[in-house]
Amino acid sequence: MTVPFYVPPEQLMKDRAEFARKGIARGRSIVAVEYADGILLLAENPSGSLQKIGEVYDRIAFAGVGKYTEFEALRVAGIRHADLKGYSYAREDVTGKALANAYAQTLGHIFTQEVKPYEVEVMVAEVGRTAADNQLFRVTYDGTLYADRKVSAIGGQDEELRARLEAQFEPGAALAVALGWAKAAFQAEREDEILPEDWEAAVIDRTLGRRGFRRLAVEELSA
Amino acid sequence: MSRDLPGDSLPIEQIDLSGSFSSFLRSRGLEPSWDLPSDGTALDAPEGTTVLAFRYGAGVVMAGDRRATAGSLIAHRRMQKVFSADRYSAVAISGTAGIAIELIRLFQTELEHYEKLEGHRLSLEGKANYLAAMIRRQLPMAFQGLVVIPLFAGFDEESGTGRLFSFDVVGGRYEEIDYTATGSGGRDAKLYLRSAYSPDTEEPAALRLAVEALVRAAEEDSATGGPDLRRQIYPNVAVVDADGYREVADDLVAATAREILEGGL
Repeated sequence: MTVPFYVPPEQLMKDRAEFARKGIARGRSIVAVEYADGILLLAENPSGSLQKIGEVYDRIAFAGVGKYTEFEALRVAGIRHADLKGYSYAREDVTGKALANAYAQTLGHIFTQEVKPYEVEVMVAEVGRTAADNQLFRVTYDGTLYADRKVSAIGGQDEELRARLEAQFEPGAALAVALGWAKAAFQAEREDEILPEDWEAAVIDRTLGRRGFRRLAVEELSA
Repeated sequence: MSRDLPGDSLPIEQIDLSGSFSSFLRSRGLEPSWDLPSDGTALDAPEGTTVLAFRYGAGVVMAGDRRATAGSLIAHRRMQKVFSADRYSAVAISGTAGIAIELIRLFQTELEHYEKLEGHRLSLEGKANYLAAMIRRQLPMAFQGLVVIPLFAGFDEESGTGRLFSFDVVGGRYEEIDYTATGSGGRDAKLYLRSAYSPDTEEPAALRLAVEALVRAAEEDSATGGPDLRRQIYPNVAVVDADGYREVADDLVAATAREILEGGL
């Protein structure tokens, strides 16, 4: 007769967390910075078609790092969640906070219940009527939810990126200025220069009308 | 996880990347549906009436009167029947108002949902086909007298032209090359357009033609509401051109309507 193999829960959680963290550290990071009219999201992403940043709803954007198929599944689920809520109630009832909570619940559930945790971190950015109403949330692989102010970052080098951006940040900056900070944060400690076509950038801007999400073109990124 | 309305958890357990928003609603049992009595008792639900669309120089114009009727009663005087479907297309409705409005809301959500999931818009043809399928699913309702007939028009980003589509009750989809109209006053609007229509007009002329056709329809058909100067109720007119969907400003429509009525058409 075989004796069931006992693994203490502390060890189990530690192993899972280490597994997820390793997967995330392999990928590249994403940063978010507020500017005068909205929020900028910037990622280093040499693939033009496999995007990490996406539109979720009128004023809400999604960004994910780690395993593409996993954060893509989360992006699709987020869009379903938002569209269902907007269709059932009204457009203004869709909030970034509810979406971030849903991501936290889901990732937390997967971390403890599934065979393999998701190797992802996701960010939910919501632009408000004024800069004070902006919301930046990030959710880690185990479902821990963080609310950030002004700047945020997810991925392998998230702490360094956040620290660099916080040092630079000033409220009310123009988009070009904010883009400069974000690019500089990535570029620090890098010897090679990241090419304009290797960036992926998008904004949610409160001046764009109902749907505030817009991707930035390569020309805007080369300046 | 829960099958209720949006709660805390994400609908991640049933991710099917190809699924439409409607199929997602269906999987949760939330698809809009109207249960009908089997004996088919007649219902006096408000009906929207005359809407029309035609091509002009830069794209397409779509216009609708504002009246909804229930039998011989005027149910609503300020109903909106012309809507943007997405950035480059417009949709107008005639028939049972409550059902039509719900279908339009679903259609709008569906187009935006597709665009967000796929990263690009459906082709204009794809949107028209999808709308046709939605109307086809309403066929059992049509047998109960709850008919919905839309018009669909948009700017085709691929060919760079305005295109318009009419539909029938079984979901038949017909592309029109010049003009079309539907609803109880649609026949009169079409009769007028037949004699007055010319392609390649400028926007002011197109706006005038649209309002004239609606005024004509209102003169012949009691269910179509003409411009109401006393209450300040004017038709809804929208254009879709290379810059996308745009509603013509109310005061511009009002000025045109006043001019037509005072000119004695």
